[in-house]
Amino acid sequence: MDGGKADDAGVNIRALIFALLALACLVIGMVIVVGFMKHGIGFLKLFVPHAPWYLLILLIPIEVISFLTRPISLSVRLFANMLAGHTMLAVFGGFVVALGSAGGILSVLSIAPMLLIVAIMLLELLVAFLQAYVFAILTCIYLNEALHLHDHH
Amino acid sequence: MEIAAAKMIGAGLACIALVGAGIGIGNVFGSYLSGALRNPGAAATQTTNLLLGFALCEATGLFGLVIALLILFAF
Repeated sequence: MDGGKADDAGVNIRALIFALLALACLVIGMVIVVGFMKHGIGFLKLFVPHAPWYLLILLIPIEVISFLTRPISLSVRLFANMLAGHTMLAVFGGFVVALGSAGGILSVLSIAPMLLIVAIMLLELLVAFLQAYVFAILTCIYLNEALHLHDHH
Repeated sequence: MEIAAAKMIGAGLACIALVGAGIGIGNVFGSYLSGALRNPGAAATQTTNLLLGFALCEATGLFGLVIALLILFAF
Protein backbone atom coordinates (compact mmCIF):
# COMPACT_ATOMS: atom_id res chain seq x y z
CA MET A 1 0.00 0.00 0.00
CA ASP A 2 2.23 2.80 -1.25
CA GLY A 3 0.21 5.99 -1.35
CA GLY A 4 2.67 7.69 -3.67
CA LYS A 5 1.74 5.62 -6.71
CA ALA A 6 -1.56 3.98 -5.94
CA ASP A 7 -2.30 2.92 -9.50
CA ASP A 8 -2.65 -0.61 -8.19
CA ALA A 9 -5.70 0.52 -6.22
CA GLY A 10 -7.33 1.62 -9.46
CA VAL A 11 -7.20 5.27 -8.42
CA ASN A 12 -4.50 7.66 -9.49
CA ILE A 13 -4.28 9.75 -6.37
CA ARG A 14 -2.43 12.70 -7.88
CA ALA A 15 -4.94 12.99 -10.72
CA LEU A 16 -7.75 12.91 -8.16
CA ILE A 17 -6.44 15.74 -6.00
CA PHE A 18 -5.83 17.98 -9.03
CA ALA A 19 -9.27 17.24 -10.46
CA LEU A 20 -10.84 18.20 -7.12
CA LEU A 21 -8.65 21.29 -6.84
CA ALA A 22 -9.80 22.37 -10.31
CA LEU A 23 -13.43 21.84 -9.27
CA ALA A 24 -13.00 23.92 -6.12
CA CYS A 25 -11.12 26.67 -7.97
CA LEU A 26 -14.02 26.79 -10.44
CA VAL A 27 -16.40 27.34 -7.50
CA ILE A 28 -14.32 30.12 -5.99
CA GLY A 29 -13.72 31.70 -9.39
CA MET A 30 -17.47 31.70 -9.97
CA VAL A 31 -18.02 33.29 -6.55
CA ILE A 32 -15.54 36.07 -7.40
CA VAL A 33 -17.03 36.69 -10.87
CA VAL A 34 -20.61 36.72 -9.57
CA GLY A 35 -19.62 38.97 -6.68
CA PHE A 36 -17.95 41.53 -8.92
CA MET A 37 -20.84 41.39 -11.41
CA LYS A 38 -23.39 42.06 -8.68
CA HIS A 39 -21.53 44.64 -6.57
CA GLY A 40 -18.71 45.92 -8.76
CA ILE A 41 -15.71 47.05 -6.76
CA GLY A 42 -17.91 47.02 -3.64
CA PHE A 43 -17.45 43.26 -3.56
CA LEU A 44 -14.19 43.93 -1.72
CA LYS A 45 -16.35 44.90 1.28
CA LEU A 46 -16.64 41.13 1.79
CA PHE A 47 -13.19 41.29 3.35
CA VAL A 48 -14.08 44.12 5.75
CA PRO A 49 -16.09 42.89 8.76
CA HIS A 50 -17.94 45.21 11.11
CA ALA A 51 -15.22 46.05 13.63
CA PRO A 52 -13.26 49.02 14.94
CA TRP A 53 -10.46 50.18 12.66
CA TYR A 54 -7.62 48.95 14.87
CA LEU A 55 -9.01 45.41 14.66
CA LEU A 56 -9.43 45.69 10.90
CA ILE A 57 -5.64 45.79 10.51
CA LEU A 58 -5.66 42.26 11.88
CA LEU A 59 -9.00 41.06 10.50
CA ILE A 60 -8.68 42.01 6.83
CA PRO A 61 -5.61 39.79 6.20
CA ILE A 62 -7.33 36.97 8.06
CA GLU A 63 -10.47 37.35 5.95
CA VAL A 64 -8.43 37.43 2.74
CA ILE A 65 -6.44 34.36 3.73
CA SER A 66 -9.55 32.46 4.76
CA PHE A 67 -11.17 33.33 1.43
CA LEU A 68 -8.13 32.24 -0.57
CA THR A 69 -7.74 28.93 1.28
CA ARG A 70 -11.34 27.96 0.56
CA PRO A 71 -10.54 26.08 -2.66
CA ILE A 72 -7.83 24.15 -0.81
CA SER A 73 -10.07 23.23 2.11
CA LEU A 74 -12.95 22.35 -0.23
CA SER A 75 -10.85 20.02 -2.35
CA VAL A 76 -8.78 18.53 0.46
CA ARG A 77 -11.95 17.74 2.43
CA LEU A 78 -13.34 15.68 -0.45
CA PHE A 79 -9.96 14.15 -1.24
CA ALA A 80 -9.19 13.15 2.34
CA ASN A 81 -12.55 11.44 2.72
CA MET A 82 -12.01 9.42 -0.46
CA LEU A 83 -8.41 8.63 0.47
CA ALA A 84 -9.36 7.49 3.97
CA GLY A 85 -12.03 5.19 2.57
CA HIS A 86 -9.70 3.67 -0.02
CA THR A 87 -6.92 3.24 2.55
CA MET A 88 -9.30 1.42 4.87
CA LEU A 89 -10.45 -0.84 2.01
CA ALA A 90 -6.83 -1.56 1.08
CA VAL A 91 -5.94 -2.46 4.68
CA PHE A 92 -8.89 -4.84 5.02
CA GLY A 93 -8.13 -6.32 1.61
CA GLY A 94 -4.65 -7.06 2.93
CA PHE A 95 -6.27 -8.84 5.89
CA VAL A 96 -8.28 -11.05 3.54
CA VAL A 97 -5.20 -12.00 1.53
CA ALA A 98 -3.06 -12.64 4.61
CA LEU A 99 -5.71 -14.76 6.31
CA GLY A 100 -6.60 -16.64 3.14
CA SER A 101 -3.02 -17.65 2.48
CA ALA A 102 -2.45 -18.70 6.11
CA GLY A 103 -4.02 -22.12 5.47
CA GLY A 104 -6.21 -24.35 7.63
CA ILE A 105 -8.96 -22.85 9.76
CA LEU A 106 -7.55 -19.34 9.23
CA SER A 107 -8.42 -19.49 5.54
CA VAL A 108 -12.06 -20.01 6.45
CA LEU A 109 -11.87 -17.05 8.84
CA SER A 110 -10.89 -14.74 5.99
CA ILE A 111 -14.60 -14.44 5.18
CA ALA A 112 -14.93 -12.09 8.19
CA PRO A 113 -12.80 -9.20 6.88
CA MET A 114 -14.40 -9.75 3.47
CA LEU A 115 -17.83 -9.13 4.98
CA LEU A 116 -16.38 -6.09 6.76
CA ILE A 117 -15.22 -4.78 3.39
CA VAL A 118 -18.83 -4.86 2.18
CA ALA A 119 -19.91 -2.93 5.27
CA ILE A 120 -17.12 -0.38 4.81
CA MET A 121 -18.06 0.04 1.17
CA LEU A 122 -21.63 0.88 2.22
CA LEU A 123 -20.25 3.36 4.77
CA GLU A 124 -18.11 4.91 2.07
CA LEU A 125 -21.18 5.22 -0.15
CA LEU A 126 -22.87 7.18 2.64
CA VAL A 127 -19.77 9.33 3.12
CA ALA A 128 -19.52 9.99 -0.62
CA PHE A 129 -23.10 11.26 -0.82
CA LEU A 130 -22.63 13.27 2.38
CA GLN A 131 -19.46 14.93 1.14
CA ALA A 132 -20.99 15.72 -2.25
CA TYR A 133 -23.89 17.30 -0.35
CA VAL A 134 -21.49 19.28 1.84
CA PHE A 135 -19.57 20.49 -1.21
CA ALA A 136 -22.81 21.70 -2.78
CA ILE A 137 -24.01 23.33 0.45
CA LEU A 138 -20.70 25.12 0.99
CA THR A 139 -20.77 26.35 -2.61
CA CYS A 140 -24.24 27.76 -1.95
CA ILE A 141 -23.04 29.39 1.28
CA TYR A 142 -20.08 31.02 -0.44
CA LEU A 143 -22.26 32.23 -3.32
CA ASN A 144 -24.84 33.56 -0.88
CA GLU A 145 -22.11 35.43 0.97
CA ALA A 146 -20.89 36.98 -2.28
CA LEU A 147 -24.41 38.00 -3.34
CA HIS A 148 -25.53 39.50 0.00
CA LEU A 149 -22.25 40.78 1.38
CA HIS A 150 -22.89 41.38 5.08
CA ASP A 151 -26.55 42.32 5.09
CA HIS A 152 -28.09 38.91 5.72
CA HIS A 153 -29.10 39.66 9.30
CA MET B 1 17.36 4.75 9.18
CA GLU B 2 16.77 7.55 11.68
CA ILE B 3 14.92 9.44 8.95
CA ALA B 4 12.57 6.51 8.41
CA ALA B 5 11.96 6.20 12.15
CA ALA B 6 11.36 9.94 12.46
CA LYS B 7 8.85 9.76 9.60
CA MET B 8 6.94 7.03 11.40
CA ILE B 9 6.89 9.04 14.63
CA GLY B 10 5.83 12.18 12.80
CA ALA B 11 3.01 10.39 11.00
CA GLY B 12 1.83 8.93 14.29
CA LEU B 13 1.88 12.37 15.90
CA ALA B 14 -0.07 13.84 12.99
CA CYS B 15 -2.84 11.32 13.64
CA ILE B 16 -3.44 13.03 17.02
CA ALA B 17 -5.57 15.41 14.94
CA LEU B 18 -8.21 12.67 14.98
CA VAL B 19 -8.64 13.23 18.75
CA GLY B 20 -10.07 16.65 18.01
CA ALA B 21 -12.27 15.27 15.27
CA GLY B 22 -13.63 12.63 17.63
CA ILE B 23 -14.43 15.19 20.31
CA GLY B 24 -16.00 17.44 17.70
CA ILE B 25 -18.21 14.77 16.15
CA GLY B 26 -19.31 13.62 19.59
CA ASN B 27 -20.14 17.19 20.46
CA VAL B 28 -22.11 17.72 17.26
CA PHE B 29 -24.30 14.66 17.72
CA GLY B 30 -24.56 15.01 21.49
CA SER B 31 -25.71 18.60 21.25
CA TYR B 32 -28.13 17.72 18.46
CA LEU B 33 -29.58 14.87 20.51
CA SER B 34 -30.01 16.94 23.66
CA GLY B 35 -31.58 19.74 21.63
CA ALA B 36 -33.82 17.31 19.77
CA LEU B 37 -35.04 15.71 22.99
CA ARG B 38 -35.88 19.10 24.47
CA ASN B 39 -37.73 20.24 21.38
CA PRO B 40 -38.59 17.29 19.12
CA GLY B 41 -40.68 19.47 16.84
CA ALA B 42 -37.68 21.45 15.65
CA ALA B 43 -35.41 18.42 15.31
CA ALA B 44 -36.33 17.54 11.74
CA THR B 45 -35.61 21.06 10.52
CA GLN B 46 -32.02 20.92 11.75
CA THR B 47 -30.91 17.76 9.93
CA THR B 48 -29.12 19.85 7.30
CA ASN B 49 -27.10 21.70 9.91
CA LEU B 50 -26.39 18.42 11.69
CA LEU B 51 -24.96 16.79 8.58
CA LEU B 52 -23.04 19.93 7.66
CA GLY B 53 -21.49 20.16 11.12
CA PHE B 54 -20.67 16.46 11.10
CA ALA B 55 -18.96 16.60 7.71
CA LEU B 56 -16.99 19.75 8.53
CA CYS B 57 -15.85 18.20 11.81
CA GLU B 58 -14.83 14.94 10.24
CA ALA B 59 -12.91 16.70 7.49
CA THR B 60 -10.78 18.52 10.06
CA GLY B 61 -9.56 15.21 11.41
CA LEU B 62 -8.96 13.89 7.93
CA PHE B 63 -6.72 16.88 7.22
CA GLY B 64 -4.45 15.46 9.93
CA LEU B 65 -4.59 12.09 8.21
CA VAL B 66 -3.55 13.72 4.93
CA ILE B 67 -0.61 15.33 6.73
CA ALA B 68 0.39 11.91 8.07
CA LEU B 69 0.25 10.36 4.61
CA LEU B 70 2.20 13.30 3.17
CA ILE B 71 4.91 12.81 5.78
CA LEU B 72 5.04 9.09 5.06
CA PHE B 73 4.94 9.06 1.28
CA ALA B 74 5.50 12.51 -0.20
CA PHE B 75 8.77 13.48 1.52
